[in-house]
Amino acid sequence: MSNTSKTVTLNMGPQHPSTHGVLRVILELDGETVVKAEPVLGYLHTGIEKTMESKLYYKVLPCTDRMDYLAPMSNNLGFCLAVEKLMEIDIPDKVQWVRVCLAELTRINSHLVWLGTHALDLGAMSMLLYTFRDRESIMDMYEAVGGQRMMTTYIRIGGLAMDIPKDFEKDIRNVIKVINNGLNDYETLLTNNEIFINRTKGVGVLTADEAINLSLSGPMLRGSGIKHDLRKANPYSSYEKFDFEVPVGENGDAYDRYLIRVEEIRQSIRIMEQTLDGMPEGPYRAHVPGIVMPPKEDVLYKMESMIFHFKLITEGFKAPVGSVYQGIESGKGEMGFFISGDGTNKPHRVRVRPPSFINLAALPKMCEGNMFSDVVCAIGSIDIVLGEVDR
Amino acid sequence: MGIEEKIPDSIILTSLDKMVNWAHKRSMWPLGFGLACCAIEMISTFGPHFDVARFGMEVMRPSPRQADLMIVAGRVSHKMAPVVRTLYEQMPNPKWVISMGACASCGGVFNNYAIVQGVDRIIPVDVYIPGCPPRPEQLLDGILTLFKQVEKESIKDDHPEWGRKLV
Ligand code: SF4
Repeated sequence: MSNTSKTVTLNMGPQHPSTHGVLRVILELDGETVVKAEPVLGYLHTGIEKTMESKLYYKVLPCTDRMDYLAPMSNNLGFCLAVEKLMEIDIPDKVQWVRVCLAELTRINSHLVWLGTHALDLGAMSMLLYTFRDRESIMDMYEAVGGQRMMTTYIRIGGLAMDIPKDFEKDIRNVIKVINNGLNDYETLLTNNEIFINRTKGVGVLTADEAINLSLSGPMLRGSGIKHDLRKANPYSSYEKFDFEVPVGENGDAYDRYLIRVEEIRQSIRIMEQTLDGMPEGPYRAHVPGIVMPPKEDVLYKMESMIFHFKLITEGFKAPVGSVYQGIESGKGEMGFFISGDGTNKPHRVRVRPPSFINLAALPKMCEGNMFSDVVCAIGSIDIVLGEVDR
Repeated sequence: MGIEEKIPDSIILTSLDKMVNWAHKRSMWPLGFGLACCAIEMISTFGPHFDVARFGMEVMRPSPRQADLMIVAGRVSHKMAPVVRTLYEQMPNPKWVISMGACASCGGVFNNYAIVQGVDRIIPVDVYIPGCPPRPEQLLDGILTLFKQVEKESIKDDHPEWGRKLV
């Protein structure tokens, strides 16, 4: 601090327990009031977009898991939908329903981690333990379908990595039961908790106009009272067939965003139940020789399938010249993939629209002019994942 | 035989090394610092299901000044590398490092311009854990492996990487 200036510059992060990873914020303080807040990014820059451009379309998928690592299946889904749009592949009904079910499970996963860490930031340590207790059931489910706890890469171009396990329905219903019980615990602990309300009500307020001008999406946008959800506005993967509500807030503050996310967990459960009740029969991959991998069983016994498998693994498929954009509603907002194909077997350019990166742009607006101690709450209420922000 | 027969049961004879190592091992406080996806599995390990508290290390210290163990959980970018190094230097002796996951150990799937190809290029690593991400059980196994190494240490050992000797 120089002697002449009245403000203090404070550095927060990149190693800070409540920046959810490696976010760094440079704060200019006048006493307890924030004059300026400037996020500094890039501490987790992984070059994922560039890496994607050097890989065959199939081999890009594992990279998508590692962006928003709290919602791996949403990322898989977004990328697969974009490639399927580019290649004009029709997806069997069953695949779509399983995808919807798992995407909603992923939303719950993402919201649970958010809830635990956000409450931890505000001093409620036990919430983290409760949410991680219940999250284990989701991890078990991931493991049952994809064989991995976090980086499942289960949703593949043209279908799924393998058929759903025999006990899929039973297991998902178990998970739903666990989450439903958990939700009661969380709401008892937080929703009417005086301390929690004091720390979140009226903090990080964004008006509807500001939210739209900043191009926010997801619970950040809906918290400010705008009813916009890509699952309703621009349905993909047969979301139009399911019945669910889109919760919206009124005040655009951190408390409203909390209420919205909790309600979204409820709605996700509703969607998952609908997918289970009417799960269609059918193949787990589209039959498009030369583009979609043949099922593994066929590869072992049929000559054509084996040849297609071999060719796809070694040289992939050639995408047409052209570009597509596909957005999906992930737990954090609009997750979009822009892919431009150039007639070769590798994408010419992949651009990701990461929701938490764009939502993070609202941080200065939420902090400036407010108290210093609310910065942590504002950062938490955005729900950022640095893997996705920096890519 | 010797003096052991004469002393009461409540007194145990041991070597200083053993006692110091026992103390190090049983109260190793990790630095609460995560980088990427692996950090989530680290939190799971510290959560109720896997419960690392069984090994005396549930207290995550947000400040490097109070930590003994750095778990590098995630990919280290070139921009983050100096920060990781600074954090390591800020930790008081004795200190240990676990490199968790493929990225921290060797760059993992990201062999590109942005990622440091192994955190051992900037700080000394005691235990490497493979996996992307390693399961919580694997992290626990890595921690127990580290404990076994700690048992073999002596206070007379020279640790040039720590900057000075312990005694
Ligand atoms: S090893 Fe895998 S899970 Fe761990 S940080 Fe790297 S990409 Fe993420």
